[in-house]
Amino acid sequence: MKRLAKTVALTLLKIVVVFYTIFPFYWAIVSSFKSGAALFSVDFFPAIDLTNYRDLLTNGNFLRNILNSAIVAVSVVTLSLIFAITSAYALGKMKFRGRGIVLAGILGASMFPQIVVLSGLFGTIRWLGLYNSLGSLVLSYMIFSLPFTVWVMTSFIRQIPAELEDAARMDGCSTWAMIWQIYFPLLAPALASTGLLAFIASWNEFLFALTFTLSDTVRTVPVGLALISGSSRFELPFGTIMAASVIVTVPLILLVLIFQRRIVSGLTAGAVK
Amino acid sequence: MMAETAPQSNWVKRIEPWLLLAPMLIVLATVTAWPLARTAYLSFMHASLDDGDLPRFIGFGNYLALMKDGDWWHAVRNTAFFAVISVTLETLAGVAIALLIDSQIKGRGALRAVMLIPWAIPTVVSAQMWQWMLHDQYGVVNALLIKLGFISHGIAWTAGAGTAMAAIIAVDVWQTTPFMVLLILAGLQIIPRDLYEAAKVDGAPGWAQFFYITLPLLWPTLAVAILFRLLDAVRMFDLAYVLSSKSRETATISIYARQQLVDFQDVGYGSAVAMLVFLMISLVAAIYIQITKIRLISE
Repeated sequence: MKRLAKTVALTLLKIVVVFYTIFPFYWAIVSSFKSGAALFSVDFFPAIDLTNYRDLLTNGNFLRNILNSAIVAVSVVTLSLIFAITSAYALGKMKFRGRGIVLAGILGASMFPQIVVLSGLFGTIRWLGLYNSLGSLVLSYMIFSLPFTVWVMTSFIRQIPAELEDAARMDGCSTWAMIWQIYFPLLAPALASTGLLAFIASWNEFLFALTFTLSDTVRTVPVGLALISGSSRFELPFGTIMAASVIVTVPLILLVLIFQRRIVSGLTAGAVK
Repeated sequence: MMAETAPQSNWVKRIEPWLLLAPMLIVLATVTAWPLARTAYLSFMHASLDDGDLPRFIGFGNYLALMKDGDWWHAVRNTAFFAVISVTLETLAGVAIALLIDSQIKGRGALRAVMLIPWAIPTVVSAQMWQWMLHDQYGVVNALLIKLGFISHGIAWTAGAGTAMAAIIAVDVWQTTPFMVLLILAGLQIIPRDLYEAAKVDGAPGWAQFFYITLPLLWPTLAVAILFRLLDAVRMFDLAYVLSSKSRETATISIYARQQLVDFQDVGYGSAVAMLVFLMISLVAAIYIQITKIRLISE
């Protein structure tokens, strides 16, 4: 009897936790299907009204924002992973003086508050002619993407036993070939999870995107979403904002759920030793 | 092993790791060390894009002005308040939810999947979602509270002096507690189950098992997770920007620094703000790592 009561209590608690976790997103979905006056009444199961989605998809800016975010995030992930593999091999598999200092520097960089470099980076970006272009974001996102991917890949590469490398060395394998022909395939799952996490971080970044871009055509999704406003001051564009929120979030949630095991291992490789 | 290699290949061996690291180190230096040095340099200058004067060296002038700047200290207080309260709540809720999920095998995978949802949602999206839920006239939160009889008319949560910060903390807790839960769940997995069996045989009550087994063994994981969250919280920008724009009541140090740099175009003063932010965050991290004795670099 006591046991049953305990099970019931635990299950109820879990339902509360699930409700609290999911409800805000559920509410965004519900609101995104309402337009006009329906938006202002609290109905938990709305009629399906696609006005907001139609408005968004016929609005060139929003699609452009999505494309921009995708270009930036894919470039950032690709570049970071290429740099991270060679660095992780050096840091995880080679012994050399200064290794500890490099690791400490990378760890320090991963804790770097972005606001600190804003004024300095602004100058660099102007000087490189990247202001108000997607290149400014690809460059500046390296600040969080690179330390994270290097750190996580280093901890993954360390878990690979040394026997394989010794055998390859015997056969006269060069370091370069070692990295790309032996370690690269072995690291593929780790690369997928690390890359996905770096992708999400780039997709979500706001401060740099807000500061280094100016025109509608180079804005990314978070900036576009933060600056959406109604055609008049008195119009509440929340239906459109919710539809945009759903469109940019659903693919992320699906990716995360599909790769959930890998994501959890990527997160914990970065944080739990 | 490689005792008989030629001297030349020894030299190659010494330079090789640095060749592999070079591209990464160059990019990282371009986006961290160099801008940091430039920010430090600018912080000693009077450099305002507004008046068109050439930058000139004014020593600690910007820093001295900052010390007497009420808005800056207000932003420092806001940030400290936000960071301490939200990270505390997230840690407590994170431990509680992780233990709840871990308590029964049934449904563990599904609950962990649910936890990933708020974590995957972009912060700006969460801010907009909650902005809408907390809307004073049409928000679902006010509607529910009125229906339940707690309040008689809608509250302007994100605009009110006392409630704006509370609203920001609530959104942050909602969004990042799942991250804590996932890390803590991973930490719980490392604890050997037979410790609990032994405790049960000895008749130790649940709370004793928690304080003498779970907490000490979970601590290394928890300490790192708290550090990550803390560093994230002190640089918070997007939530405050979207939820209550540039209101003084909720301005964080990041909001304040960007305001000086971009809105007021005062590059010298803004850079001094940024440098102080850097020093404060480094100090907090160093003290925290000292106190908790966490080892971040394993050899």
